[in-house]
Amino acid sequence: MGNKQTTFTEEQLEAYQDCTFFTRKEILRLHGRYRELAPHLVPLDYTNNPDIRVPLTLIVTMPELKENPFRDRIVETFSEDGQGNLSFNDFVDMFSALCETSPRELKTIYAFKIYDFNRDNFICKQDLEKTVNKLTKGELSPEEVTLVCDKAIEEADLDGDSKLSFSDFENMISKAPDFLSNFHVRI
Amino acid sequence: MEAMEVDSVFYTDRSGRVTSNPLLDQLPSYQSLLYRRKSSTGGTKRRSSTRARLSSSGSGKWGVNTVNRLEEKQKGQTEQRPIRELAKTMAEKRRDKTQRLVEARELSSWRQWRQSTRRNLRRLKDDAQEWLSSLQLWRGDIHLIEGMFGTGILSYFSFLRFLVMLNMIIFLLMFSFVMLPIIMAPYSSGNTTYNQNDGSICSVYPSSARRGLVIFHEHITDLLSGGGFLEQTYLFYGYYKVDKIHFPSITYNLPLAYLLATVAYLFLSLIWIVKRSATGFKRNLVQDEDRFQSFCNKIFAGWDFCITNENAARLKRSSLLYELKTDLEEERIKQKIKDRTRKEKCRIYVIRLILNLFVIAVLAGCFYSIYVATVFSQEAQMNNTKVNFIVDLINEYLPSIVITLANFITPLLFSVIINYEDYSPAFEIRFTLMRCVFMRLTSIGVLLFSLWSQITKCKEEPCVCGYNHVLYSCWETRVGQEMYKLTVFDFIIIVAVTIFVEFPRKLIVKYCECGLAKWWGQQEFAIPQNVLEIVYGQTICWIGTFYCPMLPAICTIKYFFIFYIKKVSLMNNCRPATRPFRASSSNFFFLGVLLIGLALACLPVIVSVAQINCSQACGPFVNYTTSWEVLPTTVAQLPDGVRTLLFALSSEAFAVSFFVFTCLAMFYVIALAGAHKRVINQLRDQLAMEGRDKRFLIQKLCQAQRLSAIKSPASKSQPRSSRSSPCYHTSFSNNFNEAVFLAHPPPDSSTHV
Repeated sequence: MGNKQTTFTEEQLEAYQDCTFFTRKEILRLHGRYRELAPHLVPLDYTNNPDIRVPLTLIVTMPELKENPFRDRIVETFSEDGQGNLSFNDFVDMFSALCETSPRELKTIYAFKIYDFNRDNFICKQDLEKTVNKLTKGELSPEEVTLVCDKAIEEADLDGDSKLSFSDFENMISKAPDFLSNFHVRI
Repeated sequence: MEAMEVDSVFYTDRSGRVTSNPLLDQLPSYQSLLYRRKSSTGGTKRRSSTRARLSSSGSGKWGVNTVNRLEEKQKGQTEQRPIRELAKTMAEKRRDKTQRLVEARELSSWRQWRQSTRRNLRRLKDDAQEWLSSLQLWRGDIHLIEGMFGTGILSYFSFLRFLVMLNMIIFLLMFSFVMLPIIMAPYSSGNTTYNQNDGSICSVYPSSARRGLVIFHEHITDLLSGGGFLEQTYLFYGYYKVDKIHFPSITYNLPLAYLLATVAYLFLSLIWIVKRSATGFKRNLVQDEDRFQSFCNKIFAGWDFCITNENAARLKRSSLLYELKTDLEEERIKQKIKDRTRKEKCRIYVIRLILNLFVIAVLAGCFYSIYVATVFSQEAQMNNTKVNFIVDLINEYLPSIVITLANFITPLLFSVIINYEDYSPAFEIRFTLMRCVFMRLTSIGVLLFSLWSQITKCKEEPCVCGYNHVLYSCWETRVGQEMYKLTVFDFIIIVAVTIFVEFPRKLIVKYCECGLAKWWGQQEFAIPQNVLEIVYGQTICWIGTFYCPMLPAICTIKYFFIFYIKKVSLMNNCRPATRPFRASSSNFFFLGVLLIGLALACLPVIVSVAQINCSQACGPFVNYTTSWEVLPTTVAQLPDGVRTLLFALSSEAFAVSFFVFTCLAMFYVIALAGAHKRVINQLRDQLAMEGRDKRFLIQKLCQAQRLSAIKSPASKSQPRSSRSSPCYHTSFSNNFNEAVFLAHPPPDSSTHV
């Protein structure tokens, strides 16, 4: 089936299949999508693992991410340099972690990283306020935003430090029934 | 930005970025965040150099030991997890894979073989799953709908798909056990024996075939009402007059097969629905604290990442906004309810009582009108005076028309009434929905009850044949015809409403600028009402399959077309509802209502099988008094051993002990759940207390450090290994930031912490 393709060696495809939730066909399709973003930058032949990174500004134009209020944070979380420039490995990793078959625990970890804007391993009040503002695009008044964030911290904070650590977040997400069905990107 | 925030545990530097207290970073709980969660798949992991750095520069015996122990635990647990479930970068995962391969080579050949088999099986399973899901019906369409409208409406369409599959399986069941033997008999040299017409008055079955010149529109009437040329076909119960089919090797007992197929399809539906709803139900049961988490759910799990369409994104945002505002409003109302005075409470309760009585009166009125309409329709059909094509059709369809009208008016009424009852918004929605469900499903029950009263009412009590043989020589076929008419009418109404109401509405709203257009607004895809519609159809199908074995096939085709009609209507006419319907609770709601429908459908079938005498003039059960009698008769003919076993299973002793055992098991499970809940609450309090302890201790520690730093200003920076006490990872020196030893570099711009 994939014998005619020259983009990846067999070894590479096998490695991808083991390290992600995608099949060979899907990996090749993803490579096509990756290349579409910057055809002059991304080579067709990936057999020698070229070190190419597509910048953030191009990645967030993808239709799957375009409408997502957290698109910048998602791409930053999966980039190695933290600035949002994705290599093909990071690209595949991102969509694999967000795909339908990815397990709940993995999604929880990445969700925590995405919502942690200042990367201090806690979702503090400022992170929450940024999240709410991104979600509602400024339609709520500042007092309402503060009230919503206060209530959210009140609901989820277990150890009483008025910010959400990973265990607080994990516990809260395990009780959120929609998380698994909402937190996935179809590609 | 201030230079230092007044927080004794967390400091912000001048750039405003929070650098956590280095002490916190060295806590074991924080270390485990770096590496792994104990029960989940994987934590995050730095480059392997970090591990080396840590172990070599471990500051105290205790520190190194902890790290080593953690590493071992982590290694042991990572063994079992497939690589792709770990939260690491691709490069690290590849390294893990090669490392595992190297380790695998060191293992015995048996383990190697086992690992590689497991891997191959996993790959095979993935491929098989992908192939199976590509076979799924309507995959592309549902994908498209999900992208445009989100997961709430998606759940409606996947529910529709589930019903198509269910009906197809039920039809295959009935076909292969009831129709196929009859069809196959002549081809496989089977000898069919028919039920004898023994000449009694009960077994008179006048033919309803039309004689003479048949006008074209009468064919249409027949098609729509299931009478005339359709009556004596495989469509209805009355045609299955076969008693036994003698094949060369076995004798096929058709009445038994008919009864058992009925029981089988009811059981199959029950098991399939319960299996499908098991996950959602478990989550709803265990996590009833969901309503205490509504804000978190909306903020962190509220955005649907599948949305690719700009319009849909805008609408999702406004619906999230609406939800948040509703929640804030609900908080305000809760506060208001708490502040209600006694007098206001009395007033509210009186109003609620009056309105509930009004609702009951409305329901009673609807049910009575359904009863009257059914009786009138039956009598009109009996009189057989053909007035006019249209009037005849209306007479036939009168019960369906009344039911549809009632189901159209009552939801509007309920949604108006609920505004005066002053409940919280969430409860309002649920209560109105419950009332609508009750109305929909009970109307079928009323129709069947009125039919039953007609069938068992004779001029001279008690009925000679057990049923009114004069009017209903084959009453099962009549009931089957009524169910058939309900199904057909339901389908016609759905098509008619879509074409004649929704499309013009869209045109008016789009092109007309008058006030009517503004007030009416664009069509919303109201999920609850649509779901109730198809559950109603499915309940009719379940009831009617016993009387009309081909009804599941008709329903399959009906739902198949409804999918496309609804999809077209959705794409062209609708915008998503402003009151969003959560995907998870939707699934639970759909399947819950479907279960209620199934329970309701079982009732008439059980009553008619066990209570009402079956027709003596048609159908497979002519030689028995009631349909149920087939079973005891067959059991009596079984060999001795099996017979005693079956008798033992159905005896009172067994039933009572089984019941007692089930009660005990249930009590045990309930007690267990209560105990778990108590433990969870205790642990939660303990956790909060521990958190406070931790912060207190860290505060004290920082104070102590500051004091000692002030006391000894002259001493220079000490070497980086621990000195005085092995407990702290600190050394006492003047410069605060250097004094506290860092186990690892502070969070930098790298994303993998």
